[in-house]
Amino acid sequence: MSDGTLAAARYLPLGDAALAVEFGDSIDPATNARVIALAEALRRAPVAGVTETVPTFRSLLVHYDPLRRSHDEMVGALRERVAGLRVAVGQGRRVTIPACYEGALAPDLAEVAALTGMTADEVVQVHAATEYQVYMLGFLPGFPYMGVLPERLRLPRLSTPRVRVPPRSLAIATAMTAIYPLESPGGWWLIGTVPVELFDITADPPALLRAGDRVRFRAVDRPTFDALRSAWLAGEGRLDVTEAPA
Amino acid sequence: MSGGLRVLAPGLHTTLQDFGRFGAQALGMPVSGALDRDLLRLANALVGNAPDEAALEVLHVGPVLEVTAPALRLALAAYGGAILLDDAEDRRVPAWRSVTLPRGARLRVLAGRDTAAGYLAIGGGFAVPPLAGSRSTYVRGGLGGWQGRALAEGDEIPARQVSAPAGAERRLPAPPVLERGKLRVVLGPQDDHFTEAAIATLCAAEFVVTPEADRMGLRLDGPVLEHRRGHDIVSDGTAAGALQVPGSGRPVLLLADRQTTGGYPKIAVVCTADLPRAGQLRPGDRVSFAAIEVAAAQAARREHEAALAALIGGIVPIEARPDIATLRRIDLISGVVEADQANSSNG
Repeated sequence: MSDGTLAAARYLPLGDAALAVEFGDSIDPATNARVIALAEALRRAPVAGVTETVPTFRSLLVHYDPLRRSHDEMVGALRERVAGLRVAVGQGRRVTIPACYEGALAPDLAEVAALTGMTADEVVQVHAATEYQVYMLGFLPGFPYMGVLPERLRLPRLSTPRVRVPPRSLAIATAMTAIYPLESPGGWWLIGTVPVELFDITADPPALLRAGDRVRFRAVDRPTFDALRSAWLAGEGRLDVTEAPA
Repeated sequence: MSGGLRVLAPGLHTTLQDFGRFGAQALGMPVSGALDRDLLRLANALVGNAPDEAALEVLHVGPVLEVTAPALRLALAAYGGAILLDDAEDRRVPAWRSVTLPRGARLRVLAGRDTAAGYLAIGGGFAVPPLAGSRSTYVRGGLGGWQGRALAEGDEIPARQVSAPAGAERRLPAPPVLERGKLRVVLGPQDDHFTEAAIATLCAAEFVVTPEADRMGLRLDGPVLEHRRGHDIVSDGTAAGALQVPGSGRPVLLLADRQTTGGYPKIAVVCTADLPRAGQLRPGDRVSFAAIEVAAAQAARREHEAALAALIGGIVPIEARPDIATLRRIDLISGVVEADQANSSNG
């Protein structure tokens, strides 16, 4: 195998109409890059019978029509794709998202600072100085799991999850950072809010981010946040996106 | 002309559902769709719709509706269900047949006996715009279907076809009977996270559906399924029918509104052939599982599809009988006339 340092993929049935192509069991950029590369390969040159794929941290879930292809046939077709996979780490789009880490828009910032032994400013600085990879979308429509969070910012989830997390909250927990697209219950620490919408089912594509994107946050003050939010609501919002090299 | 169905009482949880919203699971968008896709297909077939047309999914307690279009053809697919007409004669139209009702007709939908979900289809379908390719309602996300929510009193859901349809009413001569046997599962993808005893227990024990049951999933009570390697996994994709087992060791059977990804190990997944039966489980129901190989599960699905196609192929027109009593009634409500007869043949 050309990628001899990497574990061989496993092909695991998820019932009779889906199978997971699993590249590892950890959260790391190299494993996730293989997942995204396979999803991309299947998008460019579809395998007959595949109805939909779902990239996750370490595996690609392949939904298929069992009336068209058997499990064994699907495994065979996917094995070929995996063998010919060209994996590029860190080649996704570059996206910069403004975020306000202040006051009511950052309800847990003070506690995060206290627990991590930093000042609030340092927490913001560390969070905004890191480039994150979108590993997958899940939990809620458009909810991006992004990592990895610098060691100094890592905290376990809240022991008692909130019943109501406001929409567009910027959050951290364990080695991940994320944005809640909609109001929902949630157990992550809320350290900021973004002025942009992450999910609109009527838009094309419906989600602002996709697996493989590289995301940075740009800290903005409250007046700037309010202006950006107004612009976004007026349909004049723009996001700083650099497309991936072809 | 316009009109459709006005909601006089919404029932427990009545939503518009089709086969589901596919293509956006990679963005975290749940599929939703009918809990029992077979019954949706049958209801649609009875009124001459495409199999995946959206219909009203009626859970446990059905709605009371009023026809506001000049005429609507309807059919209910529900085990033991019926449509009660609120008229002078309190007529009862059994499930598994179509009926055409005039403007002003009021109907109470009985969702079925001992099952969760029934489907009320109307000929031509509901005039509700699709969202990302589907008319299914995802209530948790407030998306799709009728205003992203379950029906409420006062709603009026418009119909696409509002005049009396051509052609005879139709019925299923031999309605389906709900099987109560074990749900067949394919082990994995994380069966290696469980002890051998847990796998044996899964396939031998009886579980009970708890009151924590909704369109997202069913929490099951029963013997604890013991993890071998901890109860957290790196989140990965889910499928309808997946039995995920959180730290409590008590499995959750994922259904139509399931999240697209999850962080608990999945010990097994219910076969697609048995998924409609899983969707009919109610709190208090007992359920047990049998593990089969994936090839057997796919063969079972093919058999299941063939049986369903045969059932749909057996739908027959109801021939009008020109006796006096019939003629007297037919000008008011065509198609209801043979209700009693069709009902008695249901046993």
